[in-house]
Amino acid sequence: MTTTNSVLRPRRSPLLTGVMVLYLLYTLVPLAWLLISATKTQPDLLSTSGLEFGSTFALFDNIGGTFTHDHGIFLRWLGNTLLYVVVGAGGATVLATAAGYGLAKYRFRGRRAVFAVLLGAIAIPGTALAVPTFLMFSNLGLTNTPWAIIIPSLVSPFGLYLVWTYATEAVPDELLEAARIDGAGEIRIFLTVTLRLLLPGVVTVALFAVVSTWNNYFLPLIMLSEPDWYPLTVGLNQWSAQATGAGAQPIYHLVITGSVITIIPLVIAFLLLQRFWQSGLTAGSVKQ
Amino acid sequence: MTSISPPVAASPAGSVRSAGRLRVDRRGWLFVAPFLVVFALVFLAPIAYAIWLSMFREQVFFGGTQFVGLANYAAVLGDSKFWESFLRVLLFLVVQVPVMLGLALVAALAIDSARLHAASFFRIVVFLPYAVPGVVAALMWGFIYGDNFGLAADLNEWLGRKAVVPLSGDWILASIGNIVTWEFVGYNMLILYSALKVVPHDLYEAAAIDGAGALRTVVSVKLPAIRGALVIATIFSIIGSFQLFNEPNILRSLAPNAISTFYTPNMYAYTLSFGGQRYDYSATVAIVMGVITAVIAYVVQLRGTRKGS
Repeated sequence: MTTTNSVLRPRRSPLLTGVMVLYLLYTLVPLAWLLISATKTQPDLLSTSGLEFGSTFALFDNIGGTFTHDHGIFLRWLGNTLLYVVVGAGGATVLATAAGYGLAKYRFRGRRAVFAVLLGAIAIPGTALAVPTFLMFSNLGLTNTPWAIIIPSLVSPFGLYLVWTYATEAVPDELLEAARIDGAGEIRIFLTVTLRLLLPGVVTVALFAVVSTWNNYFLPLIMLSEPDWYPLTVGLNQWSAQATGAGAQPIYHLVITGSVITIIPLVIAFLLLQRFWQSGLTAGSVKQ
Repeated sequence: MTSISPPVAASPAGSVRSAGRLRVDRRGWLFVAPFLVVFALVFLAPIAYAIWLSMFREQVFFGGTQFVGLANYAAVLGDSKFWESFLRVLLFLVVQVPVMLGLALVAALAIDSARLHAASFFRIVVFLPYAVPGVVAALMWGFIYGDNFGLAADLNEWLGRKAVVPLSGDWILASIGNIVTWEFVGYNMLILYSALKVVPHDLYEAAAIDGAGALRTVVSVKLPAIRGALVIATIFSIIGSFQLFNEPNILRSLAPNAISTFYTPNMYAYTLSFGGQRYDYSATVAIVMGVITAVIAYVVQLRGTRKGS
């Protein structure tokens, strides 16, 4: 009986907790360094050690400096990032949700072929496509416009896969049949019956699409040469290069504060939507 | 095909024989078509275009392009810069991926074990770095590694000598590996943890009745049950390693001597395109890497799924 109890209702282990605390420190110390550094002036940054506060608490000055440096370009980058996220990740979620549901709940010719192509697409390195996509977009006159970032963000094969799995489990065929007998059209069924059932899966897909769009670096780096269209990631790296390169400007404190500002929205989104994405991933997780 | 097989075929819902399911239903295209149109534009068209490009060569002196067949491929396969960058990401993959997935697995098992105090707190904190953009993670670690105001500088001062030099040529690959590990352990932990959550509980009960201890349960019940998720996490990590670009590209401004312009295959393709206008050769490098990645991912999937059956 004691074995049964220890496996099914195990006692809390201080040793295991201790090991995990070590890992926690590895995760959090760099972030703590970043947060503390964001409160320092540029001279304090150079004269004090990494994990202690400087002589003046300059966080608010730094935030102000970040938003006003170079005629307030940071605010413009923040706006660009939001535009790419809302249109790109939003569109990706809509397309993946509709397609995942269609593949899960309708039998049509070519369904297997669609699956094979998607599987191949997941295995192809996204960056292998970057150069040809750039050349194509350049011929179409789309480089240096928001479309160059938004259009490639609209496709999320992994999101489609997640909705497909999720819809298979979460949307009963009987319910769809009943709605059809009641005379509802397919689109109406999707909007009124299906979407509600798919919600945790959809939130999960949306969240991961938001992260990949918010964090996008390679694509905007090659597509955009005009700083006015940069997202935060490319802009921050440009500031960092300015701080180290030839004719360096001492703006490390702005790069660091800008980094903190870039992280915060995503952390908040993950914390607030925890309940959704954790159940969404569990139900959509890979079954044997 | 257990890991990424079509969920419909694998799930109980697939065997429900209601009249609506079996009828060939073209209305499904209504939902799938919009995705496929954009997919064709941003996935299929660039692949076709890259293959087309790779068979031509720009004439530097005369202008225009000339069909060269497979000559670009022959050139890439004989290019020592390409092989140097390829072997570097291969070394990276062989060391970093097992470390990262090992940490992720331990964390997932620990959080799932119910032996941990404050498990849900650990789950969210371990996952946290995934929400940090790769660019910010690379900048942050780059500063921490640095001599000016980083933690490496503090450590060296405390030790009284320059013992820790993460941005030097000997250290840099490990330093990049640390950044990638820090970023992605949480993501992989979540994939494995999600799989652990759906392991049927009666399997644990059966193991307990057979007298299996905690460690034995992990090895004989939990690991086989999440094999599919482990294969997926491995494939994603392999793809990620071969695509390595952001971290070395960003650290390059801090360590220009330690990181060359062809440090990884992706950086090489980038440099060829945007530093040298060699678009045809760059496309060839991208295709060769894409084929190698797809083949290795496919082999891992085959091996990973065969083992258990």
